[in-house]
Amino acid sequence: MTLELFRLNRRFAGFHALNDVSLAIAPGEFVALLGPSGSGKTTLLRILAGLDYPDSGAALKDGEDFLATPARERRVGMVFQHYALFRHLTVVENIAFGLRVRPWRQRPSRAKIHERVDRLLARVQLEGLGGRYPSQLSGGQRQRVALARALAVEPDLLLLDEPFGALDAQVRVALRRWLRELHEELRLTTVFVTHDQEEALELADRVVVMNRGRIEQVGSPEVIYQQPATPFVCEFIGKVNRFAVRRTSVGWAAGGWMPEGDPWEGRFAGAVAYVRPEQLRLAVPATEPAWEARLRHIYLAGSIAHLELHVPSLDQVLEVDVASEDLSRLGLQPGMDLRLAPRSAVLFAQDPAGATLEHERWIWHERDRVHA
Amino acid sequence: MSARPRQRKPGLPRRLVHVVLILFALVFLLLFLVLPLATVFVEAFRQGVLPYLSAIREPEALAAIRLTLLVAVIAVPLNVVFGLAAAWAMTRFEFRGKALLGALIDLPFSVSPVISGLVYVLLFGAQGWFGPWLDAHGVKIIFAVPGLVLATVFITLPFVARELIPLMQAQGSEEEEAARVLGAGGWQMFFRVTLPNIRWALLYGVLLCNARAMGEFGAVSVVSGHIRGLTTTMPLEVEMRYNEYDYVGAFAVASLLALLALVTLGVKTLLEWRYRGELAAHAPGGH
Repeated sequence: MTLELFRLNRRFAGFHALNDVSLAIAPGEFVALLGPSGSGKTTLLRILAGLDYPDSGAALKDGEDFLATPARERRVGMVFQHYALFRHLTVVENIAFGLRVRPWRQRPSRAKIHERVDRLLARVQLEGLGGRYPSQLSGGQRQRVALARALAVEPDLLLLDEPFGALDAQVRVALRRWLRELHEELRLTTVFVTHDQEEALELADRVVVMNRGRIEQVGSPEVIYQQPATPFVCEFIGKVNRFAVRRTSVGWAAGGWMPEGDPWEGRFAGAVAYVRPEQLRLAVPATEPAWEARLRHIYLAGSIAHLELHVPSLDQVLEVDVASEDLSRLGLQPGMDLRLAPRSAVLFAQDPAGATLEHERWIWHERDRVHA
Repeated sequence: MSARPRQRKPGLPRRLVHVVLILFALVFLLLFLVLPLATVFVEAFRQGVLPYLSAIREPEALAAIRLTLLVAVIAVPLNVVFGLAAAWAMTRFEFRGKALLGALIDLPFSVSPVISGLVYVLLFGAQGWFGPWLDAHGVKIIFAVPGLVLATVFITLPFVARELIPLMQAQGSEEEEAARVLGAGGWQMFFRVTLPNIRWALLYGVLLCNARAMGEFGAVSVVSGHIRGLTTTMPLEVEMRYNEYDYVGAFAVASLLALLALVTLGVKTLLEWRYRGELAAHAPGGH
C-alpha cells in the first residue's frame, strides 16, 4: 500500500499543527514520526486514522482519495498512546471488537472470529489471558492486546501513537525488538509516533523529523544521525556540542581548531558548528591544530564514559564520549590537560545578523591523517 | 519556636472533641432527619392499618399516584436523552458558549422552584406570552398535565447531565476513537463503548432525577391549579389533605413518598458500594 500526502495543513486556534506537510510512504515501510510535543506528529497520525481532518492538502492511498474515506472504511489499525482498551470488555472481546461491529454481510462467523482471536492471542504471546479485563493486565500486556485488536481487522496500515511511552524502560526495549520482529514477519506498512529519538533510530526504516508543524528531515536513521539537515535535527537527535566558527584571513577557525576547506567560497563571516560527543578525538598530536582543554569531570556510564572538558579558547565546556576502556588506556584523570579536535562536524552559515541559514550546510570530515 | 519539643498528650481533650462532635452529628440527624421520617409513618398508621389502606385507595389518591408516575415516566426519559446529549457535547466538543451551557444546566438548581413554575405560567398561562395563541388552538398547558410535565422536566434537568459530565470528562474519548477506527458506526460506538462505560453513573443520575421528579412540590404547585383527581401529584395531594385536616390521609400518601425516598437511598447506597470505582469521586452539583 502506497500512501502519498500532499501539502497537508492543519490549524488549531492560533496554532499551526501541520504546515505544508508532504510525505510518501512505501508499501511495507516502517516509518517513525519523530519530534518534540507540539511538533504535529500526533495530528498527522490522527489524520491518517480519520480522527482528524486537514484544513487543506490531499492524501492518496494507492492513488485513491484517502481523506474522503470515512475512518471505519480505511482499513487502518491504530494503537493509542494509553491503549484505549475497552475497559468493560475482556481481552478476547476487545480483540474481536473490530470483527463484531462489521455489517453482518462482511462479519465472519462466530467460529471464524474465535479462531482469529486465538491466533492473535498466540501471536502477541497472551494465550490464557483471554478472559481477563484490561485492568487485570500489566502495561506491556495491555499494549500487546491493543496491538492484537488493531491487527484483528487485517489493516493495511498500522498506526502507533507513542507505543512505548507508558512502559518502564526494560519492558520498552523488549517490546521494541518484538515489534520490529513482528514487522519483519508481517511486512505491514507501519507509521509510529515518538518523541524518543533512540526508539525512532532503532526501529524505523525511515525517520521523519518534525518540528513546529513542519518536516525538518526525512531519511534513514543513518542519514538522520550523520547528516542532519537542519540545526534543529542536530540538536534534537542525540547529544551534540555547539560552538561558533568565524572566518579569518587564513580560513574558518574556532579557537585553535581550523576546518580545512570553504564550500561557501568567501561568503558568510560566521557559522555555527555541531559536533557529536563521540566525534571528538582526544590526545591530538601537537603537529595538528586542536584545542587545548582541561578535563573537568568523568562520568562513567557502563560501556561508555562521558567527559566534560573546558576549552579556554572557546570559553566553553565540551562533552566527549569515549569507550570506558579508553579511560585507563589514555590514563585519563580529572584535572589533566588534553589536546582535542573533531573528527567530523556539521556547520551552518550565519547571515550578518547572526541568524542561522538552514540551507547553507557544510558537512565537514577530518581528512585522512596519513595523507595530511 | 521553642527548642524543646512540646509534649502533647493525645488524651482527654482530643477524645472529648471526638465524642462531642459525633454526638452532635447524631443528635442533629436524629432530630432533623430520622424523627420527621418516623413521624410520617407513625402519623400514617395512627388509626391502624385499615384506615391507612383506605386512605391510599381513595380515587383521588390513586389518581395522584397515577399522575405522579405519568409525569415521571415522561420527564425522566426526556432528561436522560437531554443529559446524555449535553454531557456528550460538553465533554467531546469544543465550541463557543460551552461555559454558558454548563451554567445553564445548573440553572434549575440555583433558581427557586416557585420561580420556575411562575415562568411557565407567564409563558403559557391565559395572560402569558403564548397563552392567547395556545387558547385559540385549544391547547391547555397551565393547570393541566403538560404544564406539570414541563415544570418537572425543568426542575430535574441537571441531574443526569451533572452526573455524567465529570465521569465522561475523566474517561476521555480515546475508547470511542478506538471504536471508530475499528470500524464501529456512531450507534455501535455509543451502545458498545460509551453506554457501558457510563451505565452506573447514568443509573445513579436517573435515580436522583426520578426521586426529584416524583417529589417536586414548588414548581408543580404553581402550574397545577390543584384540580383534584386531574392535576394533583402526590406531593400536592399531601398538602391538600393536610389543609383539610385529613391527617391520616395526608401522612398515608406522604408515607408512599417517604418509601420512595428510602428505596432510592437504598439503591443509591448499593450502587455506590458496588461500583465506587466507576462512580469516580465527584459530588453532583447542588442538591
